[in-house]
Order: sequence, then structure tokens, then C-alpha cells
Amino acid sequence: MDFSCCEGCQLQIINLEEELLDLVEAVEVVVWREAMSEERQWYDIAIVEGSITRPEDELRLEVIRSRAKTLIAIGACATIGGINKLKNNFNLADVKKWVYGKDADMPHLDTTMTKAIDEVVKVDYKVHGCPMHRPEFTYLIRCLLMGKRPEVPEYPVCVECKAKGNPCLWDYGQICLGPIIRAGCGARCPTASHRCFGCRGYIDNPNITAAKDVIEKYNQTVDSLKSKMVLFGSRQGPTNE
Amino acid sequence: MIVLKVKWFSSGADKGLQMSKDFKIDVHHLTRVEGHGNIFVDVADGKIEKIQWQVPEAPRFFEAMVRGRSYDDIQIIVSRICGICSISHSLAAIKAVEEALGIEVSEQTDMLRLLMHYSEQFQSHILHIGYLAAPDFFGVPSVLPLIAKAPDVVKTIVRVHRIANSWSELTAGRPTHPITIKPGGFTKIPTEKQLQELGDTLKKTVPDLKTIAGVVFSVLGNVPKFERQTEYVSLKQTDPPAYTFYHGDIASTDDKGKTVPVRDWRKVINEYVVEQSTAKWAKWHRDSYMVGALARFNNNADLLSPMAKGLAMMFSLEKGCCNPFMNTIAQLVECVHIAETSIGIIDKLLTNGLKQEKVVTKPRAGRGVGIVEAPRGMLIHEYEFDGKGNCIAADMCIPTNQNHANIQKDMEAFLPQIINESEDVIRLKLEMLARAYDPCISCSTHLLNVRFRK
Repeated sequence: MDFSCCEGCQLQIINLEEELLDLVEAVEVVVWREAMSEERQWYDIAIVEGSITRPEDELRLEVIRSRAKTLIAIGACATIGGINKLKNNFNLADVKKWVYGKDADMPHLDTTMTKAIDEVVKVDYKVHGCPMHRPEFTYLIRCLLMGKRPEVPEYPVCVECKAKGNPCLWDYGQICLGPIIRAGCGARCPTASHRCFGCRGYIDNPNITAAKDVIEKYNQTVDSLKSKMVLFGSRQGPTNE
Repeated sequence: MIVLKVKWFSSGADKGLQMSKDFKIDVHHLTRVEGHGNIFVDVADGKIEKIQWQVPEAPRFFEAMVRGRSYDDIQIIVSRICGICSISHSLAAIKAVEEALGIEVSEQTDMLRLLMHYSEQFQSHILHIGYLAAPDFFGVPSVLPLIAKAPDVVKTIVRVHRIANSWSELTAGRPTHPITIKPGGFTKIPTEKQLQELGDTLKKTVPDLKTIAGVVFSVLGNVPKFERQTEYVSLKQTDPPAYTFYHGDIASTDDKGKTVPVRDWRKVINEYVVEQSTAKWAKWHRDSYMVGALARFNNNADLLSPMAKGLAMMFSLEKGCCNPFMNTIAQLVECVHIAETSIGIIDKLLTNGLKQEKVVTKPRAGRGVGIVEAPRGMLIHEYEFDGKGNCIAADMCIPTNQNHANIQKDMEAFLPQIINESEDVIRLKLEMLARAYDPCISCSTHLLNVRFRK
């Protein structure tokens, strides 16, 4: 089920390519709007992407929750609110007026503060990332089919980045969020020499003191770090500290 | 699994409909498109009271969210407008940022970006032809029944789609939401060996494309023969002349010979808000116009690669075609063109030799426009920055928005032609019509609610 997002995480499922053909042998796909017209009303697993930005979407999500035994949130929009939460840093009336001008008050253009899925209903599992990382998704589905408990990393991206032997992007003047963001992506961005911008959300206990030391060491300011953290981390956990 | 659509959001020809004097069909949220759209039809005593193409997608307010963000964060944010055309959004944004800040890029960067852009066109077209539109041609509700019916064809489509994605992965760092693009150049470029391998793979993909074309040709009879004269708008590149997705100015079939400079895009896209849609609509010389593969074809067909021209001829697709259902065929023709052209670009890059380029950019105040052809049509980004390089204003115009009015006009013209068919067939054909545009509605902010009353 998809809410406010770019549907790129659904696309990652299509992007499983040959693996998807194996997957549909193992599970029965009952509803998938982006790829199918068939549908059904009850299901074992509901996979939800996107964030919640309208009251009617909250209701739709609650219906989905009530019909699904297990609910999986996929992608940053669903797991942490993602890029959609940037909006929460502004006055909403101003945001509407900015985009729609004199038409801003038309009821179908209404919007509310962006919420992640677990701010509305209980979420059983999360697949982090923007877009979600395909191997993590297939791993979770395999675990569910085999009745095993999936492990989600509780250490920062730096751990995976160092393990790959990448040079530290802070040494190259980039404000990389690797030290405070949850690993599991294989440090994909820093491996492509692109700073981590935090799409997986913060680890549960980010080492704020160490982060401050890093900022000082590289002559950066807390404000410049915050301006990067806000991209995917608006109004989420330690952003406001 | 996945997108569950609840019963009343139903769509698909396999559903029995209640037949009575006063019956209703509600197809709410068109399937097999990217995003949410509805078609609303109200027919009373055989008379069309109302036909409406609606876009109820939740608005996302990107133009407001980028304010205050640094020029080197813009691409990261706006890529998230669309999962299917994230590369197009990134490239349109980066072109606009570079113009605003006066950043020039090297020929190598330009060619590598072109190659990255082609990978997304290829991926998106194959997705639309193979996964989203093909089930209509075969009369099945999704690609899943085709796996059993025609396993070899499905496997070919999956293979070509995988190749497209690994092509994006090589050039953009991953298939969705690129991580190698930065203002002025790349964070990481492929190696010559990797490019060589990509070139070899593309050469081997050409026979697969011919197989897919053969299969589509065999069901061409199921493509409705519907025509409506309209305006076709796309980029056009004259120096040097090329079938363009990335460079050039704005051209229209209603304004032959003349082009409008990219910076004057507002003269072309006259946007307006309608009650039935959270996405804005657009018009130029007429009430509506079309963008996308068919528009590019109608403006630039003589510049296609030789094999692509041959394929167009096989499908009797000619310049001036005004059957929107042929957009899918134009996409197929473009796939062949893209494969051939990309092989040429790779050869040139390898002949020149790849260089590691160091890029340093500095903020400055300025305003810039970037236009690229997304797979589904012309995509415009415009930004203004202050002296610190922070964004103070942004405007984006998405291809599907530009198509909404044309979809509406097509439906108004198409429905009377099929009004005597069964409700199931009418609904299916209207859905096919919308789907032919390959609408990307989460981009344009999402498609389908068909209600009949007789």
C-alpha cells in the first residue's frame, strides 16, 4: 500500500528482477497497484510505503492494519517520515500558499504534519533506506517465511564504511552523517564517494559527544551538520538536540 | 503482498459488474501506473453527463521544502519526487543549479550524464511496455499470469530490465536515487573496463529488444485505433541535430521550425489548477498538449538511429501519428535508438580515455533553469539561490501534469466512440488510454475512478 512518496521502494521490488519471479512462487501477491489489477481484501502481510500527510490517509492506513496480520514499513518515508518531513520545518499554511498561490485553500490541496507509519499504527518490521536496500527486503521476507527473527544493525554506517576500506569523506571536506546513521546499506553512498545524508535514520543511541568531537576536529559547525541532518532527519529523534 | 488495494478501489476487467438501470462503477486508483489516478464516468440513459480524469494524490510541496537548503543538497531532495524518474529529476535539477551558479561541466561529464540518463529512459520504457502496458495487450490483469503463459517472453523482459538497472547502477551508483551526481561533475565515475563491458552487454541486448518488439507486434491488433489531433511538445536539438532527451530547446508540432529557449518555459507551459486534481494542468497553443515518447517522435523522428527507424516502419508509426495508444510503441522505438546511441557514446568515451576530474564549486547568487526529457516527457526545474548558495525559490513542472488536460480531452473524444460496448470494455479501454501515457502521478503530485450511471 502506498501513501505519500515517490513509489521508488515498490520499484525496488520490481527491481529484484529474476529474484522476484522466485518470490512470487513463495508468496501469493494479492494486491499491488503499481504492477497488478487483481486484488483481495485480507492478507497475511501488508507492505506499506510512504508517509502520512492527510487525515483520510490515516483512516486508510488503519483499515490496512486491521486487515493485515503483519505490517512492514518500507523505505524512509514510511519508517522515519523521510524527505516529506522537511515540510514540518515550515508553517503549513505558508507551504500551501507557496506552492498553490491563490488556490491554496482548495480542500483537495490540504495537508497536515508529515507522520511516519509507526506514528499512526503499530509497525511490525521496518526496511530502512531511501530507496530501501533490496537485500534487506529479501532478507526480511526470507526470515518471515522461515519464522526467524530478522536482525537490524544497531551500529552506524561508519562501521560498514571502514570495513570496506573507504577513505573517510570528512577528510575530503564532506559533512558525512555516517557516524550517527543506522548501518545496513553497506555504506553505499560513501563507497560512491558521496557523503551519507542519513536516509536510514539515526541509530537508537547515537554518540552525540563523539559527533561533536568530529565536527570540532574538522573545523565544522553544529549548524552546518544540522543543515545536513534536516534532509531526512527532520523532527526525528536527536535532530532537535 | 504489496500495494493492497481495497475492494472499492477496484479495477480490472475480470470483475463482474452489477447490471441494472441505475448502476455505478467506481474505479478508484488506476492500477499499473506510478501513483494514484481516478477516472470518473457518469452516463445517464446513454448520454454522457460527465467524464473526468482525476488526480487525488497527496500533494507533497517540494517547491516549498527546498527553501533554505544548500545548492549541493538540492539534487538529493528533488530526486525523491519520483522513484521511476529519479535520474531525470536529478539531472534537471543539477542543470538548473549549474546554470544558476555559473558552473561549466566537461564534455566527459556531459557524456557520462547522457549515458546515465539513457539508462533510466531504457529502464522506465521496458517497465512500462513489459510490466504495465503488456497485460492490456494480452487481456490479463497483470504480468503475473503471463509468467505461466509466456515464460520465455517474461524472462526476456526481466533480463532486459535487469540490464537497464545495472546500467543505472554503474553510472548513477544505484538504480533509484542517484548518488554519483554533484554540481560540476561526478563523485565517482565508472572504469574503462566497466564501460567496455556495458557496451558489450548492450550489443547483446539488441536481439532481446527485437524479440520483445516481435511479441508486441503480434498483439498490435489489440491496440485501439483512436485518433485525435492535438499538439505535441518536446525538446529539440539543432546544433548538432540529434534525437534529444537532454539538450536543446522547446519545440511544438503546432509551431514547426521555431523553438522556444529553455529559460522561457513559462510561455509554453501555462499552468492552472483544476478542482479534480491535486496536480496542476497545462496548455499552450490549444486546450491541451501531449509530452512523452510520441511527442518526441513527432518532433524528431527523422533523427532516430537506423534500427529504430526500421522498427517504427514495421509498426507503421509515422511522424504526425495522433493515436495516444501508440505512445507505448514510440517507447519501444526509443529503446532501440537508446541502445544504439549509447553504444556510440561508450565508444567515444573509451576512445577519448576516461579522466578523473577534480571539481570545486563556489556558491553565488543566481537563477537557473534545467530541462530534460523524463521518460514520460519534458521535465523542468528552476531554482534561485542567494549569495551563500541557499535556495530561495524553486519551481518544477512535471511531464504528467502537462499531459493531464490532454488525457481528459482524449477521454472526452474516445468515450462516445466506445459507448455502445459493455461497461467492462469501456472501463478497460479508458484505463488503457490513461496507462498509454505512462503517467507518473506521484511525480505530478497520482489515477482512476470510473462511475457509470445508465
